[in-house]
Amino acid sequence: MSTKTDTLVSIIGNLPEYRKKLKDLKDIIISNLVMVGEIPAPTFSEEKRVEFMLERFGELELQNSSTDEAGNAVGILPGKVGNNNIIVVAHLDTIYSEQVDHTITVQPDHIIGAGVGDNSLGLAVILTLPLMLNHLGIELDSNLVLLGASRSLGRGDLEGLRFFLSNTELPIVSGVSIEGIQLGRISYSSIGMIRGEISCIVPEEYDWTRFGAVGAIITMNEVINRILEIPIPKRPRTTIVFSSITGGTTTFAKIPKSAVLRFEIRSESGEMVHEVLQRIEDIGADVSYRSGAEVSIDIFSQRQPGGIDFSHPLTRSVREIMRALNIKPRISPSTSELAAFIDQKIPAVTLGITTGERRDDGKEVIEVEPIFTGLAQIIGLILSIDRGIGIEHRSMA
Amino acid sequence: MNIDQWLKENTFHHSKFEDVAELVRLKEKQGLTISLCIPTLNEEKTIGKEIVIFKSELMIKNRLVDEIAVIDSGSTDSTREVAASFGADVYLAKEILPELGERRGKGENLWKAIYQLKGDVIVYIDADIKNIHPRFVYGLVGPLLNSSEIRYVKAFYERPLATSHGIRPSGGGRVTEILVRPLFSLFFPELTALIQPLSGEYAARREVLERIPFPIGYGVETSHLIDIYQMFGMGALAQTDLDQRVHRNQSTRDLGKMAFGIMQTFFSKAETLGVIKGIPKLNHVLRQFETDDNIFQSVEYEIMEEERPPMIEIEAYRRKRKYED
Repeated sequence: MSTKTDTLVSIIGNLPEYRKKLKDLKDIIISNLVMVGEIPAPTFSEEKRVEFMLERFGELELQNSSTDEAGNAVGILPGKVGNNNIIVVAHLDTIYSEQVDHTITVQPDHIIGAGVGDNSLGLAVILTLPLMLNHLGIELDSNLVLLGASRSLGRGDLEGLRFFLSNTELPIVSGVSIEGIQLGRISYSSIGMIRGEISCIVPEEYDWTRFGAVGAIITMNEVINRILEIPIPKRPRTTIVFSSITGGTTTFAKIPKSAVLRFEIRSESGEMVHEVLQRIEDIGADVSYRSGAEVSIDIFSQRQPGGIDFSHPLTRSVREIMRALNIKPRISPSTSELAAFIDQKIPAVTLGITTGERRDDGKEVIEVEPIFTGLAQIIGLILSIDRGIGIEHRSMA
Repeated sequence: MNIDQWLKENTFHHSKFEDVAELVRLKEKQGLTISLCIPTLNEEKTIGKEIVIFKSELMIKNRLVDEIAVIDSGSTDSTREVAASFGADVYLAKEILPELGERRGKGENLWKAIYQLKGDVIVYIDADIKNIHPRFVYGLVGPLLNSSEIRYVKAFYERPLATSHGIRPSGGGRVTEILVRPLFSLFFPELTALIQPLSGEYAARREVLERIPFPIGYGVETSHLIDIYQMFGMGALAQTDLDQRVHRNQSTRDLGKMAFGIMQTFFSKAETLGVIKGIPKLNHVLRQFETDDNIFQSVEYEIMEEERPPMIEIEAYRRKRKYED
């Protein structure tokens, strides 16, 4: 069956029907989600997931299904013409260690488990996309590059996607980054970001008799107080986030010898990110000098601000598609896969598939019914890029 | 057949059968149909995932399984609703062959499945498996499709959570190692080759299942093995390693009840077969103990291992299958 999909209007007109038909693939989508999601994949240990993805790509008879030096899982669905390539990417890794129970519970209206939203559902979409297109009778002109990206989170710092984009010889016209949650999310620009850890270690030869010798936690507290005194401008918008702190022992009587603070600096301006970092480094050196403890700063993740405009054809297409599917758009800058596309000046957006949340017990819950709206949105966007509607033929800002 | 030879020839790993398309080809060539039966009692948390995985992987993507049925003992949670919402055929055990009355027990569901389900091969999978995977079915069906001599394939789970290289102990759970394997060693030594004789996952040909009686309670697995061994010999049995099975653990007291039921079945079977003679009438009350402020008192459980006859002896079944007298 061929579908008339030459204009955004005709693509949008088909979306409600696509949403309905995609429900036929519910079992396969959930099955893919469960099977990939129950394989633990902490950052730098994604090999088993890659193996599974490649097995599935093989069953789908994708071209060039393989892994690469960075440990990505790649498969290509060839287009009719094949001059252009659209990348659809979801990160393979999760924040959960192998010791965490990865069992997923499937209920009629929701799915619960470690990483089901971030990002097993995204991977399930990648694994099911060729079947979805086939089921909807859609043949693309462009090649569809399906990518499970390795080493994305934390210290991985988008290594897998960066490696692929730096080394592929395929001309990439656009990227679509998929996150399981939240449906309605549109990210098309990245903010500047630096992420790192401040470690405070009290050395063995520390003089405990000196005044104010109170251990690593108090010293870290001093570091935090000093960081909070850094003047943060309203424009460009800038924030410092303290995401976790660890230190000390479980024993009351012991003076703690180490403490670690994880932090992130975000700003619309790359210069401001570096200026704040410089201030934090100065604080670290000063507190270290005054306290005698070793205060060190380790930076493991950086993003440059950039991306496409609100008026770019790609974002315009997304907004039209969301409107047609009654999805309430939530525009937010991203620090995820988008940054790797931005570095390569490839127009890209990040979209969510369904609604859900991370619970207090660390597990995630996602809703089943909105998934089909999220999928119709992805199909609509891929079609609009494929038909040249979501593409602007000029370099990015 | 000696035990070592049987272990070598009739023990498999599921990975040998992971080419499901090849299994489908064998199935179609042999003109067989395969039914999957999941007996349930209050399994709302795990049943949805089992059905969606089996249906997607083994019915939609590959036509290995022709039917997925849940036979429920009367769950008070939403097991039946969840199962139906994912497209399984859902039956209440008491509504199958109602003229034969209602018995409570997993064996009752397994027995009634023979009447209700259509397949030439029936695969039984417990509903409480957390790490469900298509291997639980194709690993059990594989040996049947590859050998006409094999009639009944039992699962075992060998992959330990942590291991070092070299020799290490292997076997089943507490009831297997403390009760069933010693009993088999005493009276049916060849059956000790079954690594986990009590596992709840197995696949069998209809012509076998319809000819053996079904204890309705804890003794059903033990009874099957003894009957099939007696009727067809060790060559009809096989076992497949399905790696790891994650499920809820049972308390020692619950295992005591299980052991009590299994022993009833075992002695009754051993007497019928003439393996043990002159067994007195068995007591059906198990006593366990509890204490409250150092006052001990017994708690009595009546555990009666009733047995359903071979399905082929049931008139309604013979009519349904169009068997001639």
